[in-house]
Amino acid sequence: MSQDQIVNKDDLVIRFAGDSGDGMQLSGTLFSDASALTGNDIATFPDYPAEIRAPHNTVAGVSGYQVHVGSHIYSSGDKCDILVAMNPAAFKSQLKWAKKGATVIVDMDTFTEDALEKAGYKENPFTDELERAYTIVRAPITSFTAKIGEEQGADKKTTEKCRNMFALGMIFFLTNKTLEKTFAYLERKFAKKPDVVKLNKAVLSEGFEYAEKLELIHSKIVSVAKAEMPKGRYRNITGNVATAWGLLAASERSGRRLFLGSYPITPATDVMVELAKHKSLGARVFQAEDEIAGICSAIGASYAGALACTSTSGPGLSLKSEALGLAVMTELPLVVVDVQRGGPSTGLPTKTEQSDLAQALYGRNGEAPLIVVAASSSANCFYWAYTAAKLALEHMTPVILLTDGYLGNGSQLFRIPKVADLPEIKPRLAKPNDPNYRPFRRDPETFAREWALPGMEGLRHRVGGLEKCPDGPLSTDPENHQLMVNNRQEKVNRVANYIPDQEVMGAEDADLLVVGWGGTSGALTLAVEEMNAEGKKVAYTHFNYICPLPKNTGDILRRYKKIVVCELNNGQFAGYLRTQFPECPMTQYNKVMGLPFEVGELKEHFNSLLG
Amino acid sequence: MSERHFVPKTDVAYTKADFTSDQMVKWCPGCGDHAILSSLLNTFPKTHVKKENIVMVSGIGCSSRIPYYVDTYGFHSIHGRACAIATGVKLANPALSVWVNMGDGDSMAIGGNHLIHAIRRNQDLNITIFNNEIYGLTKGQYSPTTKFGQVTKTSPYGTIDYPFNPGELVMGAQGTFFARTLDCVPALTTEVMEHAAKHDGASVVEVLQNCMIFNDKTHAAITDRAVRDDRTIVLEHGKPMIFGKEKNKGLRFNGRQLEAVTIGENGITIDDIMVHDETTEDTGIHMMLAHMGGDLPVALGVIRNVKKTSYTQLYEDQMDEQMQNGKYKCVDDLLNSGDTWEV
Repeated sequence: MSQDQIVNKDDLVIRFAGDSGDGMQLSGTLFSDASALTGNDIATFPDYPAEIRAPHNTVAGVSGYQVHVGSHIYSSGDKCDILVAMNPAAFKSQLKWAKKGATVIVDMDTFTEDALEKAGYKENPFTDELERAYTIVRAPITSFTAKIGEEQGADKKTTEKCRNMFALGMIFFLTNKTLEKTFAYLERKFAKKPDVVKLNKAVLSEGFEYAEKLELIHSKIVSVAKAEMPKGRYRNITGNVATAWGLLAASERSGRRLFLGSYPITPATDVMVELAKHKSLGARVFQAEDEIAGICSAIGASYAGALACTSTSGPGLSLKSEALGLAVMTELPLVVVDVQRGGPSTGLPTKTEQSDLAQALYGRNGEAPLIVVAASSSANCFYWAYTAAKLALEHMTPVILLTDGYLGNGSQLFRIPKVADLPEIKPRLAKPNDPNYRPFRRDPETFAREWALPGMEGLRHRVGGLEKCPDGPLSTDPENHQLMVNNRQEKVNRVANYIPDQEVMGAEDADLLVVGWGGTSGALTLAVEEMNAEGKKVAYTHFNYICPLPKNTGDILRRYKKIVVCELNNGQFAGYLRTQFPECPMTQYNKVMGLPFEVGELKEHFNSLLG
Repeated sequence: MSERHFVPKTDVAYTKADFTSDQMVKWCPGCGDHAILSSLLNTFPKTHVKKENIVMVSGIGCSSRIPYYVDTYGFHSIHGRACAIATGVKLANPALSVWVNMGDGDSMAIGGNHLIHAIRRNQDLNITIFNNEIYGLTKGQYSPTTKFGQVTKTSPYGTIDYPFNPGELVMGAQGTFFARTLDCVPALTTEVMEHAAKHDGASVVEVLQNCMIFNDKTHAAITDRAVRDDRTIVLEHGKPMIFGKEKNKGLRFNGRQLEAVTIGENGITIDDIMVHDETTEDTGIHMMLAHMGGDLPVALGVIRNVKKTSYTQLYEDQMDEQMQNGKYKCVDDLLNSGDTWEV
């Protein structure tokens, strides 16, 4: 191809969509990996159904994977520039995610009468109006793939599984990328199946060549700008893997064995799956019989001296409530990772939401304060998992880390740190045979108690769910209960002395302060940046420390006349802020659709507030 | 796979007093729990485990107060969860000798799931179930072991719940150790607890315990001195299954089921009496022994004690293998693994 065929762009959004068995997640991952390796910044958004294999060719079974590549990427992007639809159902359900003018690649072979009917089409989907609005590329993906399979003597099932490679090959050509990285991946992944490697590579190349020969889209080769990022070594990482690795790093840095007691639950399972691989790094993973046993085994492990963790999602956190109260009462370090999903109840297991905040803050009987922190990008799940562990170990309290399905399953570039450069972690271990040891004797600064481990001489003691007095024995004394309740609260409050000030992006005299927390920072950052570039004065503050809040939170909120708190629930963080800062009027922007914010909707709302 | 022992032994010669805590014991006078506590305190010195390495974990209920009365590390947790918490303790530090104490409601109602899974995994825990067939701490509601038809506060017309037999539950969950004893025979209790402590894997000791206040004499039909010898049989490994005041009764397997016979009657000799083998892997006979009652004597002593690699050992073997031969030696190795690139 010649240089004048190439259009340079800052960013590009591609969405792969097909049946849940069509390998769309893999195509998306391979494309984002190849993009990251060739210097793009990336963010991904897997958008898949709860069913493993919903009925073939139905809208219910459509699985999507959106990739946003470019020079400086905050989010997985609102709408896509290129949509790949592997069947009519994907075309029907996903076209709404395509920008006007987008290139839409469809597998023409799948647009049979039967499949059209299953997708709910009564007539030809390609109306004139649609043809005008999009560039629709009808590619013979199934038949070309089948031909290669036949040539290579592959069985039908294996061949069908390669269709995604054809589409991926087309995308590689259209984005001016080469195939080597993906070839290398296939060789690694199917090292023991040379036939499968050969077939996949051939189909991938065929897709690439097909796009190359296709006059129609020749003019639309897009070269996406390379990332402008701080120097360093990078890799691609999902939020759930980053969370697991953050816990491993905290274990190594603190010298405490890592224990994870968990039960499989979407979308948190991958935290456990990842840690289960790393026994060589000392990760002690226990797949418990249920959510309750997950957290209870972690509490037992914590009592015995481990950096103990449990990972879950909304309904699982509900089941862990009573045990969380026990961890509060026994004042043991514990990290609870909640990868939030759509609720209530089973809700929308594979979709994202921020609606567990109230549960994390308040969902226990009694006065049961604990630390709550939230990650705000897939990559920084690493740091927030690390921070959650540090706070738990140094302040002797359970910590809930809130991530969400969007962060957990999505991926981003991650600048690889050196473990030695991470902040020091100093667990509050008691000294064996300390004659002054008392189970609830507190550090005068942090109010944290000491951690005496079974096996240590001279520190035998009992803990449990019943109220104790500072020296250790049981007590139902009214004054003692008041004292212990106050102390446990004060311990959590004083964590505010050990966390950095909240930062604000934008002018001090901005007309609007946008407030966000957790997994929405990508879309919020971009919306605010774009508005300021358009001449509006909008400030933005994003919270990761939720409980306690940074000490300057009130100063920030009091500085602005108009405040809008944006979150993927009906206003849980807004309500929490109002109870602490009733003097600050706050409006809300909420969305509970199981989907992340879009930059467009945010800007529209912010503009309406600015009037 | 070579057998490994994870709990270090000590030469310190402990006595019962070394394990007695300074806390006032707050059970009702005459409660069976006092005797069980005493048996437990007598057991610890025989295990030769350092005091500091013993952890008592309990749930909720009268019996679950026991950690306060034992001078070791202890965790009085929440209702039903003792097995799960104990599992975490043992996984985090296999050098600890972990004891779990629960009542019948704690272990088999609210905590039933954790109990069966701890047993199934053969996690190295010493589990004692105090079975008084009633909820005592909440003042007299029926439990999963309350006799069918019994009138309690929540079954004023008699229970219509079929009770669990803890021994059958243990064996159904592929348990490797089950013993039964009576609170009123402390020497037997200490003896079976010692065997339980030696067993690598999950051991379950059921103690038939009397609650004077809410279920008095629930076990009297077998524990009363006048009938005890005829209504119970103490099983001993390798010995014929003999019982009765005159030691002249025995158990015989008639091809279909167990039956009680009298030696010297109908041509029955000692050679007709079954010899107890606690080590047979097949649960058949052990299940029958655990099931006995009614016309047959209730089995006491160690009913099942089978060798099967414990979860602790399987776990530690895997950990050791990976620590020695695994791909990554430190987290930096992991962070830099796979596709990475320099900017």
